[in-house]
Amino acid sequence: MSGLNQGDMRLSGHGLRCVRGGREVFAGLDFAAGSGEAVAVVGRNGSGKTSLLRLIAGLLVPAGGTIALEGGDGELTLAEQCHYLGHRDALKPALSVAENLAFWADFLGGERFDAAESLAEVGLDHATHLPAGFLSAGQRRRLSLARLLTVRRPVWLLDEPTNALDVAGQDMFAGLMREHLAAGGMIVAATHAPLGIESRELRIGGMA
Amino acid sequence: MTLIDLANPTRFLALTARVLPWLAAATIILLTIGLYQAALAPDDYQQGATVKIMFIHVPNAWLSMFVWGVMSIASLGTLVWRHPLADVAAKAAAPIGAAFTFLALLTGSLWGRPMWGTYWEWDARLTSVLILFLMYLGLMALWRAVDDPSRAARAAAVLTLVGAINLPIIKFSVDWWNTLHQPASVMRMGGSALDKSFLIPLLVMAVAFTLLFVTLHLAAMRNEILRRRVRSLQMMQASRMAFSSDMAAGSREDNASKEAGAA
Amino acid sequence: MTALAALIRRDIRIALRVGGGALIGVLFFLTVVVLMPFAVGPDLALLSRLGPAILWLGALLASLLTLDRLFMADHEDGSLDLITMSRTPLELACAAKALAHWLAAGLPLIVATPVLGLLLNLDMIATAAVALTLLAGTPALTFTGMIGAALAVTLHRGGLLMAVLVLPLSIPVLIFGVAASQAVIVGPMTFGAPFSILCALSLVSLVIGPFAAAASLRHGLD
Repeated sequence: MSGLNQGDMRLSGHGLRCVRGGREVFAGLDFAAGSGEAVAVVGRNGSGKTSLLRLIAGLLVPAGGTIALEGGDGELTLAEQCHYLGHRDALKPALSVAENLAFWADFLGGERFDAAESLAEVGLDHATHLPAGFLSAGQRRRLSLARLLTVRRPVWLLDEPTNALDVAGQDMFAGLMREHLAAGGMIVAATHAPLGIESRELRIGGMA
Repeated sequence: MTLIDLANPTRFLALTARVLPWLAAATIILLTIGLYQAALAPDDYQQGATVKIMFIHVPNAWLSMFVWGVMSIASLGTLVWRHPLADVAAKAAAPIGAAFTFLALLTGSLWGRPMWGTYWEWDARLTSVLILFLMYLGLMALWRAVDDPSRAARAAAVLTLVGAINLPIIKFSVDWWNTLHQPASVMRMGGSALDKSFLIPLLVMAVAFTLLFVTLHLAAMRNEILRRRVRSLQMMQASRMAFSSDMAAGSREDNASKEAGAA
Repeated sequence: MTALAALIRRDIRIALRVGGGALIGVLFFLTVVVLMPFAVGPDLALLSRLGPAILWLGALLASLLTLDRLFMADHEDGSLDLITMSRTPLELACAAKALAHWLAAGLPLIVATPVLGLLLNLDMIATAAVALTLLAGTPALTFTGMIGAALAVTLHRGGLLMAVLVLPLSIPVLIFGVAASQAVIVGPMTFGAPFSILCALSLVSLVIGPFAAAASLRHGLD
């Protein structure tokens, strides 16, 4: 896996305020992550873990505060330099595993790596022609991970990433995360369970 | 071999593999005889040679309704008796029925052209067949709309039976609508008493087309069974991989390909 | 393969593989046209006079009703989030999806027009005129209807409400489409004037539709 060659980057947010459905989810939130660092966002359900990730991804507009990425590609927005792995897997059941991955690789744009290799790394190389509708939840998760490997972006925003994965899958995923960090990437992950890698904890909303 | 044995898909595949070539041969022979007799039959004094389209039009029209009847029985099999092959029979019959209905429409249109001056006339009989054609197409769309074959089967079965009940009602309504707007139609499309020289070729063609349907239907059922097996195998392969935490899937691949070969 | 081409290809693939395929729109078109004589009567002369209107109404309804789910599926499985985060502008992505929909669902309507013209006793020239106006006008219907589809995602409502909102926007297309067809058949008026306006409407909708849809989707991503 080649390096991201982005130099030293820093993702930071100051005084973030999030309002959803008229309710203030959190306010005055600060966070920061540098190249090679992972932040684990923890907190009870409803504290705003997913909302924070969606704020960084540009899918939500903050009611206050700022988010900035220093040292990244100046011509791209922050969202265009992030991968978002949400609760839903963005897979089309009617398309095969390979077709799903090829589509995202073509569409997301940017530096692209071999799709077949990515599928092999996540353990789906024997399933390439199966319709994605036949995959189990864990396999769908792996396919989403393959997307993160095929198109390289410096920031990974992960929402409960190990949710559907078995123990072997979690080990594999931890290895992928370590490689991403070693190449200079950043990870912000919302999680209940331990991530499996060294990470700094960001607690939202008081004690869990 | 009892009927229960026939219900087993594997036995069904084996039996039809033996029977189909004979059925196909009988169909071809009967069709040839029928067409030959039709060509020999005398021309109508009023319509000339075009009346011979009747030898294709009438059997097709009859079959379009017969196939819906077959599907209705198959639907009862699905809903009431839960016969394992019933939904396969229903699904396989729909496109064939639609094709016969379309041919009935096409030949009816060609037959009417010399009489009407247009390719289409909204008379009672043709209109009813057109509505039947729409219902076939709707049924085919329903089969394709649901992924899981057994759920699709139950929905299609209900629609088929509702359609069967409604068809006489629709036919009656269309007849009424037709008399409302037009005087009684002068041209009779083969409704008058038929001379023996017409009747025999017509019956032969009717039997020939029925045999054609049976042949095509059995072949389509075989295809549907094989298609479902492929789907099951794919799902099994996916689930087998999901449960394996061993990345070296070499031996498992061998097993999967052995099973695929044995089907 | 470029990003937009990949998106168009994916959408067409899904349209062809899933459910009744894109041909369900053609089936609906056929059904609507068949319904008309039962309401109007089987008088062929009357039907041929009403022919262009019946065909246009059928195509309009078929287009709008199949557009309802244009963005819904992507929203539900999380693809819309990722599309927003790609390096392709959302407006272009919306335009690409609408184009794919027109190719998979709109073009078959135009191909089906000659057969339906037969049922309505239209002669060849009349049928060709209607088909040509549909070719020029269905893009406008698709790109206008996509606004309703985007609103459906934002408002979490679908079906008839969206159709009611979008139908008034489609009235100009209907007016000039039928007028252009009638000009060929009956003809004191020239074909060129209404047809040019029809083309202009399509071109305008090619711009307004994607921008309005993208704006609506961005607000609805919460």
